[in-house]
Amino acid sequence: MRARSIRGAGATATAAAIAVAASACSAPGDGGGDAKNSAVVGIAYEPETLSPLLGYGKDGNSKIFDGLLTHDADMKLKPALAAELPKVADDGKTYTYKLRKGVKFSDGKPFSSKDVVFTYETILDKKTNNASKTELDAVKSVEAKGDDTVVFHLKYPYAPFAERTVLPIAPEHVAGKQDVNTGTFTTKPVGTGPYKLVKWSKGEKLTFKANPDYWGGAPKVENFTMAIIKDDDIRATRLDAGELDGAILPPNLAKKYKSDSGKNTYAAKTFDYRVVTLPTGNKVAGDTDIRRALDTGVDRKAMVDSILYGEGKEAYGPVPTDSPWFTKGTEREFDADKAKKILDDAGWKPGKDGIREKDGVRATFPLWYLSGDKLRQDHALAYASDAKKLGIKVEVQSGTWEVIEPRMPKDAVLAGGGSPADPDFDQYTLLKSSLAGDGFNNMAHYDNPKVDKALEDARKSGDHAKRQAAYDTIQRELVKNPGYTFLTHIDHLYVVDKKFGDLSTQVEPHDHGLASGPWWNVEDWQPKK
Amino acid sequence: MARLVGRRALFAVPVLLLVTFGVFAIAAASPFDPVKAYAGTAGLTASQENLDQLRANLGVDRPLTARWWDWLTSALTGDLGDSSTLRQPVADAIGERIGWSVLLAATAFVVAILLGTALGVLAARRPGGWLDRAVTSLAYTLEAAPPFWLGLLAVWFFALKLGVLPSGGLTDTASSTVTAGQVASHLVLPAAVLAISQLPWFVLYVRQGVGDALGDDPVRGARARGLAERTVLLGHALRSGMLPVLTLIGSRVPELITGALLVETVFSWPGIAAATVQAATSVDFPLLAALTALATAAVLLGNLVADILYGLADPRVGFDG
Repeated sequence: MRARSIRGAGATATAAAIAVAASACSAPGDGGGDAKNSAVVGIAYEPETLSPLLGYGKDGNSKIFDGLLTHDADMKLKPALAAELPKVADDGKTYTYKLRKGVKFSDGKPFSSKDVVFTYETILDKKTNNASKTELDAVKSVEAKGDDTVVFHLKYPYAPFAERTVLPIAPEHVAGKQDVNTGTFTTKPVGTGPYKLVKWSKGEKLTFKANPDYWGGAPKVENFTMAIIKDDDIRATRLDAGELDGAILPPNLAKKYKSDSGKNTYAAKTFDYRVVTLPTGNKVAGDTDIRRALDTGVDRKAMVDSILYGEGKEAYGPVPTDSPWFTKGTEREFDADKAKKILDDAGWKPGKDGIREKDGVRATFPLWYLSGDKLRQDHALAYASDAKKLGIKVEVQSGTWEVIEPRMPKDAVLAGGGSPADPDFDQYTLLKSSLAGDGFNNMAHYDNPKVDKALEDARKSGDHAKRQAAYDTIQRELVKNPGYTFLTHIDHLYVVDKKFGDLSTQVEPHDHGLASGPWWNVEDWQPKK
Repeated sequence: MARLVGRRALFAVPVLLLVTFGVFAIAAASPFDPVKAYAGTAGLTASQENLDQLRANLGVDRPLTARWWDWLTSALTGDLGDSSTLRQPVADAIGERIGWSVLLAATAFVVAILLGTALGVLAARRPGGWLDRAVTSLAYTLEAAPPFWLGLLAVWFFALKLGVLPSGGLTDTASSTVTAGQVASHLVLPAAVLAISQLPWFVLYVRQGVGDALGDDPVRGARARGLAERTVLLGHALRSGMLPVLTLIGSRVPELITGALLVETVFSWPGIAAATVQAATSVDFPLLAALTALATAAVLLGNLVADILYGLADPRVGFDG
């Protein structure tokens, strides 16, 4: 039995291995089509889910789905599944949407008002594990009037509400029949969008095929693939190897493609800011003079040049300087001498080791950044080194959010954020005193009654001039008493093959959505023949 | 042999129970918050009320023993629960990945054993000869090289410099279908890197084993009887020299799993490894427990196979020992 059974066992093992290999392969098929009508891009993040009910595509532009509204290149709202922009009534508490007629989901079933109601009600349901549902806080109820009209009733007047209705609509006849948190719809979505999901090979790629019956017209790029490559270097390598037509890259790696004749580099403007929170509960960071000194005494320009390689701009608040919502004149010129004078005048006198003191309190506080995040680390170190020159000792430390969160009321944090859709989205959660310590909202525990009032005015009023005035007030208040030191707004860099022609980018949020970058409108691309 | 298998199977039960409980205990003691992990970036803007609701929905505020018991009892009925990070049933998550991991690991293992044995025998033939010295020093060098680094090096050389092999993924990036040919070409680099990272152990053990066996009486006797060198080497020396290697095969399974983890990351191979890392850092209890149980079972099975092979190869070793 001995020798023979060893050979027998070997043969069985070999056969088993072949069987595994064979069973793992499906029938041979096409190799992805010719190059003209297909595009492959490398992205750094993989979504956990493709179900809008769990938060996928909530900021719009999800490729598989459409929202009631969507954004154009300038981030202006335009109708998508709605036939026109909503009618606002009842002092901003009722939003009525007329729906586009004849729209079908990619499985051929018609889209109607009940899908809209289903989507919003499911998201708001307590049993649904959607971490972004706070964004729909204003919604009291959603009502279908006939097949083609949807009415949102709000709890309070909320001017930016229309911006929230870019979130994708899920089909009730598919998603309504399964467990919303774990059903197959989370990985095999069906929507009305320009692309259909062919396959999601988790950890590897998402493959899309054009939806020939798309209500907006069939896309020219018929095959679209997003390869998920988390490591920056490997993504650049695969771009070089010709396996990718485009990719998102950090500034240091994107640099070399500037001179590449076959590729275009795009720098997407963003609302993506890096900021230092100056918690009110800290004796030093909570001191208005310290805050103002840091605000003028940090060299933002140097950070943009050395950390971002020039791909970004100085930030003085959550609103970027080139946004129409930015209040001109609130830029803070870098002036270390002025900063020192502020401290001198306030009685913060340099001690023996050069660190200032006032009433027995040393001018020092800890600054935390998320460990492993190189960009945040660089910002934190640059901030600490600028502060040191003013006589303020900032102790830079790194940790995970679990370590940082309990310390947020007392310790400074190098945070990031930014949503371009409406100034309310960032500023309300960042500055409202009643939200201090509520999750990651108002991390600095900022408390300024004038700002509180302006925030409420801004979100309630539907009048643009009134809103602008309120946001002007907030930005001027932030000069007088900054609860945060805003450092930079970061451009997101993309490299794409020239064969797709000249592309555009949208203004991007902090979050790298799947469909950010030049492929935000891949359905409109016109590849060169 | 049946008794050996039966006894080992019985022994596996408490081990698996202990390991899965250990996983729950360690995960519960870890500083990671499953709710934060679930919410991801959305959690950074979520209200406390929203986060509390998530905590209740996910059931992560319940005591550790209750969670473990629930997981265990439903696992026994075939329901492995739902993965919170992947938003799908654990059975589906594992099902769609494990095949690729097994394919990668099995290919690498077979290559490592065959190549390792061949090189080991060649080296053992003339101890101290140039071939022996070359093979041994290569083995020691490779032993020190981490698979991650080897992977990047392979990508740089074969995909970028030579452009002969794809640098990652299961199929061509643009392809939407999985074909045997594509998988085969995409398998070459990751399997080779994994095999090479496993190779030194086999080479060194075979060289040692065969080298010792060549000096043993039976082999010297066989030589003295005038048998052909080939027969002596392959029929006698290799046979007895392989014994320690057989044991080694089983004990290499854990390292194969960790090695595969790194290799899968470098090559964007859609196997189980990425899911394991994600499950661990997100405190995804159901997925983590299932994966750990699976890895434990693989190790136990590896040892069992090693013992059976040992028993088959050497009749002096009984199956009851």
